Amino acid sequence: MEFNFTVTGGDFISAGHASSEVKKVLQKLNVDPKITRRIVVALYEAEVNIVAHAYSGTIKASIDTEKITLVLDDEGPGIPSIEQAMQEGFSTASEKVREMGFGAGMGLPNMSKNADELNITSDVNKGTRVEIITWLNNKAKA
Amino acid sequence: MLTTFAATISLKTNLNIVSMEIKSLLAHTEGNLITTQISEDIVFENAFASDLMSDVLTLDASNTILITGLANLQTIRTAEMSDIECVIIGRNKKVTPDMLELAIKSNICLIESPFSVFKISGILYQNGIKPLY
Ligand SMILES: Nc1ncnc2c1ncn2[C@@H]1O[C@H](COP(=O)(O)OP(=O)(O)O)[C@@H](O)[C@H]1O
Ligand SMILES: [Mg+2]
Repeated sequence: MEFNFTVTGGDFISAGHASSEVKKVLQKLNVDPKITRRIVVALYEAEVNIVAHAYSGTIKASIDTEKITLVLDDEGPGIPSIEQAMQEGFSTASEKVREMGFGAGMGLPNMSKNADELNITSDVNKGTRVEIITWLNNKAKA
Repeated sequence: MLTTFAATISLKTNLNIVSMEIKSLLAHTEGNLITTQISEDIVFENAFASDLMSDVLTLDASNTILITGLANLQTIRTAEMSDIECVIIGRNKKVTPDMLELAIKSNICLIESPFSVFKISGILYQNGIKPLY
């Protein structure tokens, strides 16, 4: 099963729409609510990152019996140092993003906590790709 | 079953866990229930107070109430992703129509309270609602 969404930078009204749709699908598929929560929390932080830091992006959710793979691709400024960005508290978020309740530099660390696998690649001045993999069966995190 | 609650005080004792239902929440916080349809068997054990949604998204608990001063659409989105079924908005901040629409769709109970986040937290704590940290 595959689902595709588009994300618009700066659009804090629609932010979270894709995460919400993915949650509904996982609920319909009777995925364990705890696994579902981990997936959608990681996805939501990643979706908000596109809205907060990039210009536009796409989200592809692929679901099979073993795992869920989420790929978020954006066009944006990119991340100069992923290592630095992964550190708790590091943020370049604007005042507007902070007014929305984000921008404390906790998103990437929390994505890493909730995902079984998190892969981030980025080209400065081009964009960022975030891949979140969650195993549905025994390989899953506790 | 879905129903509309009236603001009367009622505390439920459940295996030594004192939990609050929506109607007692409303009475204790002098709150205004904004969503009209909520599940009747809902029981709350924990609460977390924050204006930082990234902080809320780190929670790993069920039956939790979010107390916040942040009234925007992402407050409701955050509750939806975190499986939080009740959000109390402090200091008379107003729930917007799009927040209400999303809360109803996501089965989230929304309460507006005139009290500060600090006062709401204190009242719920006194009434047996547990902190998460
Ligand atoms: N998709 C992205 N495009 C560009 N920069 C990003 C992206 N995602 C994250 N970043 C960078 O990494 C930092 C840390 O991200 P995160 O941990 O989610 O914290 P926050 O979003 O609260 O700033 C951001 O402030 C930003 O500088
Ligand atoms: Mg972020």
